[in-house]
Amino acid sequence: MRTILYILQKEFIQISRDKLMMGVLFIMPFTQLIILGYAASFEVKNLNIHIIDMDKSSFSRDLVSKFSASPYFKVKNISNSFKTAREDMRKGKVDVLMEIPVNFEKNLVNGEKINIYLSLDAVNGIKAGLGNAYANMIINDFNTGIITKNTGKEISLPIGITWSNWYNKLMVYSTFMVPGILVLLVTMIAIFLTAINIVREKEIGTIEQLNVTPIKKSHFIIGKLFPFLLIAFFELSLGLIIAKLVFNLHYEGSLILVYSFTLVYLFAVLGIGLFISTITETQQQAMFIAYFIFVIFILMSGLFTPIESMPGWAQKLTWFNPIKYFIEFMRMVLLKGSTFPDVKNHFIIIAIYGMIINILAIWNYRKISV
Amino acid sequence: MKAFLAFLKKEFYHIWRDPRSLLILIGMPMVQVILFGFAITNEIIDAKIAILDNSKDEVTQEISNKILSSRYFKLYDYLSGKDQIEKSFRKGKIKIALIFEDNFSKKLYRNENPQVQIIADATDPNTATTLINYVSRIILDYQSKYIKNNSAGLEVVSKMEYNPELKGVYLFVPGTITIILMLISAMMTSISIAREKEKGTMEILLVSPIKPLMVIVGKVVPYITLALINASTILLLGVFVFGLPIRGSLIVLMLEIILFIITALGLGIFISTKVETQQNALIISLMGLLLPTIILSGFIYPIESLPEILQYVSHVIPAKWFLIILRDIMIRGTEFGLIIKETLILFGMMVFILFISIKNYKIRLE
Repeated sequence: MRTILYILQKEFIQISRDKLMMGVLFIMPFTQLIILGYAASFEVKNLNIHIIDMDKSSFSRDLVSKFSASPYFKVKNISNSFKTAREDMRKGKVDVLMEIPVNFEKNLVNGEKINIYLSLDAVNGIKAGLGNAYANMIINDFNTGIITKNTGKEISLPIGITWSNWYNKLMVYSTFMVPGILVLLVTMIAIFLTAINIVREKEIGTIEQLNVTPIKKSHFIIGKLFPFLLIAFFELSLGLIIAKLVFNLHYEGSLILVYSFTLVYLFAVLGIGLFISTITETQQQAMFIAYFIFVIFILMSGLFTPIESMPGWAQKLTWFNPIKYFIEFMRMVLLKGSTFPDVKNHFIIIAIYGMIINILAIWNYRKISV
Repeated sequence: MKAFLAFLKKEFYHIWRDPRSLLILIGMPMVQVILFGFAITNEIIDAKIAILDNSKDEVTQEISNKILSSRYFKLYDYLSGKDQIEKSFRKGKIKIALIFEDNFSKKLYRNENPQVQIIADATDPNTATTLINYVSRIILDYQSKYIKNNSAGLEVVSKMEYNPELKGVYLFVPGTITIILMLISAMMTSISIAREKEKGTMEILLVSPIKPLMVIVGKVVPYITLALINASTILLLGVFVFGLPIRGSLIVLMLEIILFIITALGLGIFISTKVETQQNALIISLMGLLLPTIILSGFIYPIESLPEILQYVSHVIPAKWFLIILRDIMIRGTEFGLIIKETLILFGMMVFILFISIKNYKIRLE
């Protein structure tokens, strides 16, 4: 026990002596949460639209004004030339083209079918998909209005559709992202710093000194991992406070549940860091492998794109991704107020994951240090 | 010159002799592109839906079938009570729920305007918006047959330009090229120079007959090579595996890539002049270069959706301009004349960064 305390003391002194490291540890939660929280937004607003109005009637002007009144679109240009419109899109000046055909008003009044053509710049698929959804909503709305006007009845659509958005009524994007960013914060500390910290002893050569001391391997590992466990918890707490103060996030679920899951999760992720350090010799190598794994974990975590949209094999790959479980867990507990029975499986899976990875890492560690 | 060549050889050995790093450096970008190219689409498909059907008649059945047979939705379960909706959401089992009120078809035939309620899990606001739109469109489409011969109304025909299937690769290939070039050129260079400092071998290099500036050039050349190899493999993968077009000129594209690589190298040299250890070089590269490149370049998040202050910040990020150029040349097929402005900005940044970093490069030891 005393040996562990000494190692811990050494580690803490080493970390606290590194001014840059200390600075980063304090500043990172702020910058990440605040910049990512505001920036990591797929909120699509102010899409630039070029409307090709071939009809120039009061009806078509009505439709145009509906678009300019919407917060999602900014009418950049109204013309009657398809060519200038396409040119605008090619130059990247506008994201959406909409064509209102000739005889729009006449055909509408006569109750004939009219096609409205939308072209969306789909280089960014998310933007295009949402732009399409928003444009459809506006046009449908306009359509209902016209039908009402034509038939003279208040509602002539036979089925009434109402919708409600649960858990995030104001549709604030940061509410969705912030729990995920907290996960990134904790994971980054755990994987990167652990991996590099141990490899550094190897690279400088001090690991041999440590190996010939009476310190047991397990003591050494605990001594190396424990500081980062504490730091990760510190970062999580700081992050939760910032999220509350800056983003007005209301925590629906229990924070005790969040902390206990984080403990299990860190056990697994620190294991990954440890494992990386056992298979590498230099900090540069460790860094690359950690980065590689981290990026794949993030992009396959459902943080940015929903997992259901991935093909079957990719969905199966995400089963091995601890970040996925943590992000799911955080969103469920923090935003929806899920309770322990709802997330029981997450606990079990991550605990097993942690056990396997740690056994692998410790087994591997023995082998090389002999 | 001979001394320089020998030094260059040493630098190449450093990289070659470490096959693990080399494998990662060349393999990593490929795995990333392949994985993301296949796995990441921005289209939402197979969203889990729960249906609470209080009437279970032919109309609600038909609407449900229509919704479930579209590729956007996958049935989670038919629910029997309202309380189950909340439960399914909390367990994270469904993204959207549909409630038909009772006596639906009767009300419909009597013109009593029966109600469908859509409840979406809006923790992800965009998915919620898109899904609600899908469901509403299917229902609107269904009921158009009940609107007797009056206003058939408007039909929207949408076309996704440049990327009809909303593939993620169109976004990811240019993005990955940018990130990888940044990673290899800036991060690797800064770490590799910092390593010489940390190990104390920098002193040896400085007292050697090689000119200090040449030390830096020698450090940088292998990484330029590596970066070019990577950019080419990613491009080849994009074109041959994912059918990504290169609509513009390939020569212009390669020149722009070299321009960006040199800019990134300049940043790497600058970082290395400021740090003493590899760990610090790493932290600064990660925090100061990689994160801003990912977040503020428009790689994942459209720049227009950034808050205004960050939009201004994004102007000084070289990757932002490089990405605009890449996407324009590759996907839109823009000719060089239209991207002169972006190229000049990038060029200006390169000159500035190189100037600053060479000025800061200490040829003497403290």
